[in-house]
Amino acid sequence: MAATSLHGATRLLVLIGIFALGAYLQATGLIPGILKYWSDIVYLSRQHLHLVAISGTLATLIGIPLGIALTRRAIRPYANAITQVVNLGSTIPTLAILALAMTVLGIGAPSAIFGLVVLTLLPIVLNTVAGLRMVPAHLIEAARGMGMTDGQILFKVELPNALFVIMAGLRTALAINVGTVPLAFLIGGGGLGELIFSGIDLVEPSMLLAGAIPTGLLAILIDLLVGQCQYWLVPKGVNPLR
Amino acid sequence: METFHFILANLPVIWQRTVEHIMLVSVAVAVAIVTGVTIGILITQSKVAADRVLYVAAVIMTIPSIALFGLLIPVLSLIGQGIGYLPAVIALILYAQLPIIRNTYTAIMNVDPGLREAARGMGMTVLQRLRIVELPIALPVIVNGIRNAVVLNIAIAAVATYIGAGGLGTFISRGISQTDIRQLITGALAVSLLAIVADFALLALQRFLTSPGLRD
Amino acid sequence: MIRLERLTKTFGTVTAVDHVDMDVPDGAVCVLLGPSGCGKTTTMKMINRLIPPTSGKIYLNGRDTAGVNEVELRRSIGYVIQQIGLFPNKTVEDNICVVPDLLGWDRKKSRARAADLLAMVNLEPATFLKRYPKELSGGQQQRVGVIRALAADPPVLLMDEPFGAIDPINREVIQDEFMKLQAELKKTIVFVSHDIDEAVKMASLIAIFRDGRLIQFDTPDMILANPIDSFVADFVGGDRTLKRLRLVKVADAMMSDPPRVTAEDSLDTAAAKMEEHGHISIVMVGPRGRARGMIRIEDAKTKKGLVGEHVEPLPGMIRVDNDLRNAVSMMFSHGATWLACVDDDGFYKGYVTQRGITRLLGANYRA
Repeated sequence: MAATSLHGATRLLVLIGIFALGAYLQATGLIPGILKYWSDIVYLSRQHLHLVAISGTLATLIGIPLGIALTRRAIRPYANAITQVVNLGSTIPTLAILALAMTVLGIGAPSAIFGLVVLTLLPIVLNTVAGLRMVPAHLIEAARGMGMTDGQILFKVELPNALFVIMAGLRTALAINVGTVPLAFLIGGGGLGELIFSGIDLVEPSMLLAGAIPTGLLAILIDLLVGQCQYWLVPKGVNPLR
Repeated sequence: METFHFILANLPVIWQRTVEHIMLVSVAVAVAIVTGVTIGILITQSKVAADRVLYVAAVIMTIPSIALFGLLIPVLSLIGQGIGYLPAVIALILYAQLPIIRNTYTAIMNVDPGLREAARGMGMTVLQRLRIVELPIALPVIVNGIRNAVVLNIAIAAVATYIGAGGLGTFISRGISQTDIRQLITGALAVSLLAIVADFALLALQRFLTSPGLRD
Repeated sequence: MIRLERLTKTFGTVTAVDHVDMDVPDGAVCVLLGPSGCGKTTTMKMINRLIPPTSGKIYLNGRDTAGVNEVELRRSIGYVIQQIGLFPNKTVEDNICVVPDLLGWDRKKSRARAADLLAMVNLEPATFLKRYPKELSGGQQQRVGVIRALAADPPVLLMDEPFGAIDPINREVIQDEFMKLQAELKKTIVFVSHDIDEAVKMASLIAIFRDGRLIQFDTPDMILANPIDSFVADFVGGDRTLKRLRLVKVADAMMSDPPRVTAEDSLDTAAAKMEEHGHISIVMVGPRGRARGMIRIEDAKTKKGLVGEHVEPLPGMIRVDNDLRNAVSMMFSHGATWLACVDDDGFYKGYVTQRGITRLLGANYRA
């Protein structure tokens, strides 16, 4: 009883809040101020997504095989040490990684992409390793007993069972990626960060918001998209959400 | 090499910025712990509330840090606090919520229901059960969440330099704008070191706070 | 000690417990028995109000528990669950002292009591006080769970299938230990079980539940001898007579102070004794009284000489503290109609016969 009426009340409050906000913004001339930058927004968003796509794809192509490699029997003795290093890497602050990328590759898109790849790599590798480790040992034993080769076991047993966790890693990685691209502007990579940082420097709130709002929206949208992929692409049997 | 000399020559400034950085993160994390752990405990009472709160916290996480700073600035300008410390701290507190709330919630929910029943049957009140059974068992996971939050905040605080909050990120931003590779490396190294040391220190704390009966 | 008056619990349209009346005397071990969903666990959980009753009354030592604050009520009742529920973050000592600590007992006193209780269940205090639950075996954890419930010395103990999670071998051992403990402590115990054998072994009173109603409430022997309807008869099992045998010790069923001969006695003496008592065989004992062999009346009458020259091995020997079920089992495996009963040192104490046992069982049957 109480729960549903609270639900209804919160909904109403949120709606009123948004409406009031919209009216306020319109009154202060903020919305037209933001729309002034529309062409920039479109151009920079394209650059933004460009960076996400390239760095994301590279990170996935490197990260997943790397994660698989770390769980293979041959590497097992070193696996813990390497995983520790990777863990350590994930503690390093994003700006530091971008800065270090810049010292190596100079200003421009390449260093931005390099930095983004490194950042996106870590969650993918860690989740691939975790996902593969979580595959119940008796499944692998049964597969080996049936006469599957190691390669077949990998593709038919281990990966499908680890898929949900791996996709969760991809989701986290992409979220980090999209979140870091604004900073790529600082090292010459372009993207919506240009509007945000310029907006701060020039004390121009409408420019700032012209950059901040699309960035936030893009991040949320991409996360929703990957979430849906995770839901639909992972087969029902191994998908805890279905 | 030049960088090395630069570091030696500027130790007082480096120290000062480090302290700024630590202060920023500490205040934010302290507030985040109070709000996060409390909310985490409260939402264990209702699945609906838990789903909503965790979703909101997750959404906040997907917003890029500089965007959140950017959104807070005009709002806080209204009370004259647009640039500098306050938007940075508020953003840091918000980002720290998800790891702390989620870990607190998961840790308490994962407590063996048999233990809850035994505690209830023995005559513990809800608060006593939290204090004597659930929180001590959940503590390692909660501290893990705090650890994640701290590392996250150290990284984000580095970006806060761009809205005037100071800290170690200043070396990096100046290093970029002045094309001074010494400052760049100093900043990158300093903030990385801070993050790694904090991570290890909190890991040690986590181990220390884990009851021997719970260690593997 | 515990009185249930028209106790009822409904969940929506489902009646889980239907107007149950029950009176559990002080010091009794009352087992609530029945199939899944019969209401036995719900009934027990209403006693410490983990489940609030819909209607009816519960009296604990004459006092209506409805007026008592539920947290206080639970602290005055010991509670043991199937999953044991030892807190993993606390030592064995701290686990045992949870309720005393909640009640504000003096620390030294409660810790000393913890050590005493551990000794009572054969767990060396010096070794186990500081251990953590994960370092204990399942059986050890269960013992600690039981003494934890006894730590604050409550008059009443509620147990929800407490031995269910233990393997069958250890379960026997722990059940025996528990009965020894109860003999010393004399608590009033309400015990939920779905295992008829466990109930027969441990209970002084059994309450059989079905669909929320109390069907039969009596001693184990009475329920086995006179099940009130076909449901109870089926539930206790077609071998209920054999189950009854478990309840009687050999010592209580045997003919004690039996006639005996030594190796030096003549066969004539043996024959005379057998005729005097109307037996067809007699036991030969050693110089100090240990059972050594037997002589049959045919041999005693037809042969000449000393008992020691013609002695045959005994058909079987059973300890006096064993139960009749094992005695009957041994009779079957040896193909014998009687057994010699000896004590721990082998001294001949008496004998049991098949006929004697049947007569004993019949004594309790009503037509």
